Amino acid sequence: MPSSTGQKGQKKRGGKSGRAGLRAALLLAPSALILLIFTLWPMVVAVYHSLFLSDNAHPVPVFAGLANFTALGRDPVFVQVMRNTVLFIVGTVPVSMLIAMVLAVALNRRYRLTPFFRLALFHPVVLPMVSAASIWLFMYTPDYGIVDKVLALFGGPQINWLGEPGTALSAIMLMTIWKQVGYFMIFYLAGLQNIGQDPYEAAAVDGAGPVKAFRSITVPLLMPTSLFVFIIAMVDAFQMIDQLYVMTQGGPSNGTNMLLYYIYQQAFAFSNLGKASALSVILIVILLVVAVLQTLADKRVHYES
Amino acid sequence: MKKLPRHMMKVLVGAMALTLLLSGCGNQAGGTPKTGQTKSVEKLTFDFPVAVAGPLAQDMTQLVNEFNQANPDIHVTPVFSGDYGTTMTKVQTGFKSGNAPDVAVLLSTDMNTLLDNHLILPINGFAASQKDQKWLNSFYPAFMANSTLNGTTYGIPFQRSTLLLYYNKNEFQKAGLNPNTPPKTWSELVADGKALTKAGQWGLEIPTSGLTYWEFQPFAIENGQNVVGDAANKVYFDQPKVVQALQFFADLSLKDKIEPPGLIGWATAPDDFASGKAAMIYHSSGSLTQILKTAKFPVGVAMLPGNVRPGTPTGGGNLYVINTKNKAREKAAFKFVKWMSSPEVAAKWAIETGYIGTSPPVYETAQMKEYLQKTPQGDVARQQLQYAAKELATHDGQEIQQILSTACQKVLTQNVKPLEALTAAQNQADALLSKFKD
Repeated sequence: MPSSTGQKGQKKRGGKSGRAGLRAALLLAPSALILLIFTLWPMVVAVYHSLFLSDNAHPVPVFAGLANFTALGRDPVFVQVMRNTVLFIVGTVPVSMLIAMVLAVALNRRYRLTPFFRLALFHPVVLPMVSAASIWLFMYTPDYGIVDKVLALFGGPQINWLGEPGTALSAIMLMTIWKQVGYFMIFYLAGLQNIGQDPYEAAAVDGAGPVKAFRSITVPLLMPTSLFVFIIAMVDAFQMIDQLYVMTQGGPSNGTNMLLYYIYQQAFAFSNLGKASALSVILIVILLVVAVLQTLADKRVHYES
Repeated sequence: MKKLPRHMMKVLVGAMALTLLLSGCGNQAGGTPKTGQTKSVEKLTFDFPVAVAGPLAQDMTQLVNEFNQANPDIHVTPVFSGDYGTTMTKVQTGFKSGNAPDVAVLLSTDMNTLLDNHLILPINGFAASQKDQKWLNSFYPAFMANSTLNGTTYGIPFQRSTLLLYYNKNEFQKAGLNPNTPPKTWSELVADGKALTKAGQWGLEIPTSGLTYWEFQPFAIENGQNVVGDAANKVYFDQPKVVQALQFFADLSLKDKIEPPGLIGWATAPDDFASGKAAMIYHSSGSLTQILKTAKFPVGVAMLPGNVRPGTPTGGGNLYVINTKNKAREKAAFKFVKWMSSPEVAAKWAIETGYIGTSPPVYETAQMKEYLQKTPQGDVARQQLQYAAKELATHDGQEIQQILSTACQKVLTQNVKPLEALTAAQNQADALLSKFKD
């Protein structure tokens, strides 16, 4: 997947003749229009609304400049929400990536049971998040949920996983890792197919063992895939909401409340559109920063060119 | 080659979905035709949520059909719109885009928010005749506490509930307690709870996850100080009696250990009760039918144990007439609301759902009398109504409820002292409510 060559090609063709340029513009127009109407315009609208006080006390919005943003600075729940979001990303993204990479390497060989394991690991991805969350909600039930039942077999304590602030966020993180590892694994499997056998054969001739080969060949050559997976994982993490809606509603005492759920709460439960828009602007800026970082990093992780 | 655009897309699509959500473009109200006045028939839409188990959407359609047949000049289209939360969102966004329904069932506690957004109309304005006035005054006062503001009625009680104590009579017997004398006071609750707690069984479970304020409110009321009064811009979270009540509420699991530690799910408590994991539970009167159906043992139903007085908050939904600015339709909507809350219809709905009959005349109907003969437990909630008090409802009500819930959860799970948690909650609530003059 060499992206740089594609871009260069486009640039050349674009400059060649006006007719080709017109054709390109026409071909792009439908997606550009959709992007404009459903992406860029709503972003502008969100920025606009974020400058107004618009809640139950102000049914007719009142211009307030940056008041919504400064109020967020004094909002203890917002601080907690951001902390939870960061904790969630630190706790899920690297772990999911590592597990996915190791699983992909293990399942890249062809054993008799490989297709079965690939299927088994991919199947959580196919499940809708809402159903998966409902199943995990039941598994985490104190006493008779399967997690506590298994713990009890080994004399472990009975834990109210989702009902204690100390464990609720970790419980959600575990469930999320389970859900997304299979998805990331597919990307790594595709990445591994691209590497081919040659470097490994050369390394074997030079006397490198499997661990050395993994560290010195697999990991670096998978860097473009890793970057891609990292971005997907980051964006997903910022947008996660289904699990929270089903499993904890952001509780206990906001211990699992995260950015998108907080936006949802402000907009639809508390009908505070101004605050929700301000939060959305923050989310958009974060996602844009992630996108820009990715574009910058993308040029540095390719070994092929 | 596809790589770059793809993740850019993903980022943008995410942002798009979000902003779309916020700008409210995603909502289409019902899709039923109501523009274009037909000669003689007023076409109304009626949004309703279903919040308890059972095939209630069908029952509702049947009720509305009866109304349509009896009133040829009005045609009501019932629109099932999810739970209370989604119905509220739908009505609010619909209102902004000129697509609001004419009548809706929404939480009684959302009255202030609906009023602040000029979404609903006073019922008094329609109830001109003496007969209408009599009807307006027929409902149980406990329900009207969350339906009126400064003497004006804005909502008509429709599917209303209270909390009840459900207990396992077999387990009472096994623990040497009299199955016909459930605990009546706080100290009896703790004593019975201790007698009932053993390996594999908790004495008591009160749901505490999500909106904990509702399950905590009885304790404040019973201790002599409700968390809310008549005013819509004032709460009493940090009053000494409320602090004391929260201490008792938390001690049930922390000190007396008759409740499991951590938060208990709303749906978990009835499951635990049915499977014998909990000998007593607090739950909505609306769960009565379901609990009686699933329990394989004799179920006792009782009023909540009191302290200086008995008490419970009310809960559930009211009928609202939406401000559609179309006089003829609003008048027809009032007629529909009146019909829906008439004794016969209310009796039918109460029996079907397990909600409490909303007025004394409901209990005079033949079908209600017959039902109570078969299910005497159904009468406990009505008897408790005389002690029921206002559910926490103010301006920005949902956020205020969330603030109190969070304070309760901090005390239950994070070792925070009740006074500290409630003082912080009071300050947060005051800051929010200071935006409202009355």
